[in-house]
Amino acid sequence: MTQSPSLLRRYVFSTDHKIIGIQFLFTSLAMLLIGGALAMLMRWQLGWPSQPLSWMGQLAPNGMPGGVMVPEYYNMLFTMHGSVMIFFGIIPILVGAFGNYLIPLKIGAPDMAFPRLNMVSYWLMWPAIVIMFLGFFLEGGAAAAGWTSYAPLSVTLGPGQTCWVVSLLFVGTSSIMGSINYITTVINHRAPGMTFFRMPMSIWALFITAIMVLCATPALASSLVMLLLDKTLGTSFFMPSGLIVDGVALAHSGGQPILWQHLFWFYSHPAVYIMILPAMGMISDILPTFARKPLFGYHSMVYAIAAIAVLGFIVWAHHMFVSGMNPALGTSFMVATMVIAVPTGVKIFNWLATLWRGSIRMTVPMAHACAFVAMFLIGGLTGIFLASMPVDMYVHDTYFIVGHLHYVLFGGSLFGAFAGLTYWFPKMFGRMMSERVGKLHLLLTLIFFNGVMFPMFLLGINGMPRRIYDWSQYAHLAHLGPLNRLMSLSAFLLFASQLLFIGNFFWSLFKGKQAPANPWEATTLEWTAAPSPPPHGNFERTPHVYHGPYEYSVPGSSQDWLPQNQAPSDK
Amino acid sequence: MCWARRLVGSSAVRNFKALLLTAYCLVLGADPAWAGSARVWFPDNLSSVGSQVDQMFLVILWITGIIFLLVEGALLWFLIRYRQPANPRAAYVHGCRSAEVIWTVIPAIIVTSLAFASQRVWAHIRGTPPAHQLEVEITAEQFAWNVRYAGPDGRLHTEDDLELINQLHLPVDQVALVHLKSKDVIHSFFVPQFRMKLDAVPGLTGRLWVQPIKPGQVEMVCAELCGLGHYRMRGYVTIESAEAFQSWLEQTRVEQSL
Ligand SMILES: [Cu+2]
Ligand SMILES: [Cu+2]
Repeated sequence: MTQSPSLLRRYVFSTDHKIIGIQFLFTSLAMLLIGGALAMLMRWQLGWPSQPLSWMGQLAPNGMPGGVMVPEYYNMLFTMHGSVMIFFGIIPILVGAFGNYLIPLKIGAPDMAFPRLNMVSYWLMWPAIVIMFLGFFLEGGAAAAGWTSYAPLSVTLGPGQTCWVVSLLFVGTSSIMGSINYITTVINHRAPGMTFFRMPMSIWALFITAIMVLCATPALASSLVMLLLDKTLGTSFFMPSGLIVDGVALAHSGGQPILWQHLFWFYSHPAVYIMILPAMGMISDILPTFARKPLFGYHSMVYAIAAIAVLGFIVWAHHMFVSGMNPALGTSFMVATMVIAVPTGVKIFNWLATLWRGSIRMTVPMAHACAFVAMFLIGGLTGIFLASMPVDMYVHDTYFIVGHLHYVLFGGSLFGAFAGLTYWFPKMFGRMMSERVGKLHLLLTLIFFNGVMFPMFLLGINGMPRRIYDWSQYAHLAHLGPLNRLMSLSAFLLFASQLLFIGNFFWSLFKGKQAPANPWEATTLEWTAAPSPPPHGNFERTPHVYHGPYEYSVPGSSQDWLPQNQAPSDK
Repeated sequence: MCWARRLVGSSAVRNFKALLLTAYCLVLGADPAWAGSARVWFPDNLSSVGSQVDQMFLVILWITGIIFLLVEGALLWFLIRYRQPANPRAAYVHGCRSAEVIWTVIPAIIVTSLAFASQRVWAHIRGTPPAHQLEVEITAEQFAWNVRYAGPDGRLHTEDDLELINQLHLPVDQVALVHLKSKDVIHSFFVPQFRMKLDAVPGLTGRLWVQPIKPGQVEMVCAELCGLGHYRMRGYVTIESAEAFQSWLEQTRVEQSL
């Protein structure tokens, strides 16, 4: 070992995009687990309202004294579940982990354009995580205003809520840094021959996602700063005059609570696409690989993503149809939201058409990709109910929307993440994962996921509001006990099924079969031009690109995949 | 899908499946309420606009339901029909312009018509209210609904107003105009049986009209997270005949002036 960088520089404060990607991966997987555990506690309370869970009495003596949950704690649980899953789980795994790992490898670059900025963007996640969870140990507990943190409630809550705001400012800064890096890298560092329309869909998706992050996150950051000022310095961006909270007249005046919602959703609706587009991109790479068939309608897939991104910025007020904003204003947002179903439909139909007349190899990543299509479809279709203003007036803030968002973010984003992870695992770690365990994990996840999420639509139709600590006291909900218990049981089994994945992940990491450079016989550069795992700098010499990313089953050739970097002459 | 067959066939999985099924059945069967319980669907509709909301819901349910079945069916069919053993060599196809135009244009037509249909219902519910026979002001606070009726002078915010907590009475068949306010944070006025919901925003006055069509006793729910007592912010809505409403009004007025 001569003059090699220290272990610390190599594995901890690394500037190698692959190490940073893997750091994001481990962090976000751990956060998904924690966020999931918070949901289990919620499901306990919803399945068996106010039944004691004695061992939790010791773990959280304030939140669950004697094992019986108090309403404040329930509010903290769903707030933290949402915030952790979205900001520390899904966005970091899709954008941080896969974005970092895949972009340079798939465009034939040795690293990111700004490796140090990249490193900082990862390390900013840690203060964010620490500060967010710090809330649990402060007086009054963690943030409890929901992941949407609507003012004035969020302004009136205690230090835990302030932690939430500060934490998200770190996340936002990290996102902005990451996105600048991705955009620059994709524009400037593509290998010779890698034209924009030879880029794999995952790169298109991450590129467009990065543009969305760059446009939307500053809106979040500025509204967070305003909220922070309202909370700490007594400004009144979101606080009208005459408020009386807990019998105390507040000194604020002149603000507007709905302004927070406009600013928040101006970020958070695009954030939904930030959480789904990368998954869509990865699915678009995985389906052709295992169908051994070119992606159907590559160009329209690119335009569909671009259309979703553009439309994604003009639909935010569909979250606000009943917010008290002018009812006439809703119309334009309803139309834009309905229209966004069109490019989304194009993507689903093109995926189906990719499978049509393929030669399908049902591997674990492929099975996850198909589960993604099947489940995301439900998320997409139920979105149409929410786009229709009169229907939304009824189902808004009920379990219907909780079901919808979980079909998009679990059925979509997380099945996409599982697909991507099982697909690129051999490249990342040089070992194969167990197919058998992987398939069992998928099957169980799929069953229990539907067992917990599908009944949510029924609860919503019955008029059960979300964020309700105890639904059992309401006359119109009294008959929903069995359904709620079924959901809770499914949730516990869903959580337990993830142990299979964790076991498979770590077992394969150390004991898995050695992975060849291109185990899936894929066409893109990370498989065809670099070993598994790729060394620092990725490629021995810069690859030259001659073909599109999905040249499978080209007639007249013996092997059914044509690497992007295979020169036409050496056929 | 040979893997699925092999997987389903393996004894470990078979045992596990049995276990799973038993557990599921236990949960479902252990609850005698399940079999005889009310149907798990919309609560009774008590407002003049509720049926339009339900109808819109059902239209969308039919359309999306058919799309759902077609797409999931095609997905399953392709996965079985085009699995590698059944189809060893894939077709070399990059796309098909006409197919793509079809599945762009048809969904576009469907969603645009849904938007138009929704807009008509919305304009009816949230547009200019019809002439009203009654005005009520509801002021939400953590965690209660303050309901205010006009006194004999017929005007709100005068000396003779009638103020109640968590009690809303409405005469059947009459149009009531509801003014919605909040003292502290955002709440949301939600009566599932009316199919109606509107946020109560501090600093703003929301306006909503409702025409109950049947007498009944239902609950109003707060649908926007408003703090630790959000879950118990419950009010009672009584819908009764015009005569019963009047006599209740008189009686309560007498009680309050005592
Ligand atoms: Cu949205
Ligand atoms: Cu409330």
